[in-house]
Amino acid sequence: MTAQEDAVLMQKTPSSAANRRRRFWRHLSKAPISAWIGIVIVLAYMFVALFAPWIAPHGETEVVGGQYDPWGEQFLLGTDQLGRDMLSRMIYGARNTISVALMTTSIAFIIGTGLGLLAATVGGWIDQLLSRIVDVIMAIPQLIFALLLLSIFGTSIISLVLIIAVLDSTRLFRVSRSVALNVTVLDFVEAARLQGEGTLWIMTREILPNILAPIIAEFGMRFCFVFLTIAALSFLGLGIQPPTADWGSMVRENATLINYSDITPLLPAGAIALLTIGVNFIVDWFLHITSGLKE
Amino acid sequence: MNPILKIILQRLGLGLLTLVAVSAVIFSAIQMLPGDFASAILGQSATPETVKAFQHQIGLDKPALERYWDWIDGVAHGDFGYSFSSAGSLGGGHDRPVAGLIAPRLKNTLILASIAASVAVPLALIIGILAALYRDSFFDRFINSFSLAWISFPEFFIAYILMLFLSVKYQLLPSLASVSEDSGIGDYLRACALPAMTLVLVTLAHMMRMTRTALVNLMSTPYIEMARLKGASRWRLICLHALPNAWAPIANVIALNLAYLIVGVVIVENVFVYPGIGQLMVSAVASRDIPVVQACALIFAATYILFNLTADIVGIVTNPKLLHRR
Repeated sequence: MTAQEDAVLMQKTPSSAANRRRRFWRHLSKAPISAWIGIVIVLAYMFVALFAPWIAPHGETEVVGGQYDPWGEQFLLGTDQLGRDMLSRMIYGARNTISVALMTTSIAFIIGTGLGLLAATVGGWIDQLLSRIVDVIMAIPQLIFALLLLSIFGTSIISLVLIIAVLDSTRLFRVSRSVALNVTVLDFVEAARLQGEGTLWIMTREILPNILAPIIAEFGMRFCFVFLTIAALSFLGLGIQPPTADWGSMVRENATLINYSDITPLLPAGAIALLTIGVNFIVDWFLHITSGLKE
Repeated sequence: MNPILKIILQRLGLGLLTLVAVSAVIFSAIQMLPGDFASAILGQSATPETVKAFQHQIGLDKPALERYWDWIDGVAHGDFGYSFSSAGSLGGGHDRPVAGLIAPRLKNTLILASIAASVAVPLALIIGILAALYRDSFFDRFINSFSLAWISFPEFFIAYILMLFLSVKYQLLPSLASVSEDSGIGDYLRACALPAMTLVLVTLAHMMRMTRTALVNLMSTPYIEMARLKGASRWRLICLHALPNAWAPIANVIALNLAYLIVGVVIVENVFVYPGIGQLMVSAVASRDIPVVQACALIFAATYILFNLTADIVGIVTNPKLLHRR
C-alpha cells in the first residue's frame, strides 16, 4: 500500500488500535537499514542503562586497581585516574548520562509544547508575550546562555537539568506553536469552541493529537541536542559532577591518556556519538514516513 | 524612501532592540544571585565590613536601573568593570579590569574562528551544491548518511581523534595550541591548525546539509521545472536559475553555522588549551567570576545577533522580488 492510500485510509476509518499496530509493523518491515541500525543501537543502550548493576563487573565508584591500569584480563578496559574500573564506569555512565538527558528533554518538552499549544490556541497578548520572550532567549547562543546561568546558580544536577530544559523548550515552543497554528483554524476546532469546550480540552484533545507526528520527531532531535549539550558541559567540568560516572566527564578525566596513544578516553566520547547517531537515524526515518503523507 | 533601504533600516532597528533586550537579560544575571553570594566569593572568614565593601564595589547598593545604565555606558566605552578574582584582595591588592583580560584573548578567538570559517563556508557550499546537483545519486546518499552520522559526534570526540592521529601518532602538529602576544604568523598557523580543523569538521556537515536542503526545496518549484523542460543543463539550472534565489536561505545557513562555530569555539579552545575567550569564559564560570562571564556572554551574543542580522539583510538585498518592485 502506498503512502497516499495510507493517508486516505487514515482519514476515512477511525484509526483503531489494531489498525494502528498493523500500520506500525508494515512501516517497520519496510524500514531502511539505517533505521534498523538506529533501533538496535537504542535498544542496546536501553538494556545496558536499565540493567547496569547486574552487567557491570565492579561498583560505580569502587576503587579496584592502580591508576591508569592498561587493558587486560582483570580490567577489560583498564582503570581510570583513580583506579576505578573503566568498563563498569562506562556501563553506569549509560544509566546516568541517558537518564539526565531524558529527564531534561521531557521537562523541556512539557514546558515548550504546553506553552506553544497555549500560545496557538489562545493567541492575543499571551501569544505575543511568550513569542517575544522566546525571541530574546533564542537570540543568545544556547551553550553561552547555559554557561551564564550555571555561573549564577552553581553546578548541580538540578540546576543543570532545569537550565537546559528551559533554554531548550524555546525550540519546542516554536515548532509546536507553528504546527498548532495550522490546526487551530480548522473547522473541528471551531466546532469544539462553539460547543463551549475549555481551552485545556481544545489544546489536549483537539489539537495535540493532530500535531503529534512532527512533535515526536522534534522530541527525538531535541534529545540528541540536549544529550550533546550536557555531554559538552560535563566535559568542560560544569555538568554532571564527580564521582558520578558520566561519559562527558570521563573523557575529561582520562584525556591525558591520548598523549600516550591510548584510545580509552575516546570510548565514552564514542558512546555518546553512537547513541546520537542511532536516535538521528530513527528520527530521519520517522520524518520520512510522516512527510510521505504530505507528498 | 527606497523600499529596500526602509526594510534594512527596520531590520537594523530590530537588531538594536534585540541587543538591548539581550544585554538586559545578561545584566539581570547578577540580580538573581543568592543573598549570601558575597560571603561565598570572599570565603567564610569575610567580616561584615568586607562584605559591605564588596557589595559597594560591584554596586549592589545602588538601584538596578542605575547600575544597568552604568554598565552599558561602560561597555560602550570598552569598560566591562572589574573581575571578582581581585575581590579577595580588597583593600590591598590592585583591581583587574575585565576588558584587559578579554582583549588579547578576543584577538586569538577571532583569528581561530576566521581561519575555520574561511575554510568551512566555501567547502560546505561546494559540497552542498554538488549533493543537490546529483540528487539521489550514490554520491548524494553517501554524503547524506555520512553527514547525518557526523553531526551526531560531540566536538571533543572529533578533537581528540584528530589529536590522536595528527599530533600523537604522526607528530605533524602540536597537540597544545599555545600562543603568546609575540607569536609570529607561522606560530599562529601551526598552533591554530588542529583547533581550526576540528571547527571546520564540526560545522561542515551542518552547513552542507542545509545548503543541500535549501537548493533541493527550490528545485521543486515550477520555474525550475520550466527551465528544465526547455533543456537547460544541470549546471546552468543550479548556478543561473536556482542559486540567485537560494542566497537568502544559504546566508541564513551560514549565519546559523557561525553560531555553531561560537559553541564549537568554547569546547575546542578548552580541548587544545587555546588562550581564547571561550576558555576564559569556562574558567570564569567555574570560579563564578560573574563580570567576566557577563562580558564574554555579551560578546558572544552580540556576535550572534550581528550574524543573524547580516543574513537577514543579505536575504533582503538579494531578493529579486524586492529589487524589481512594480
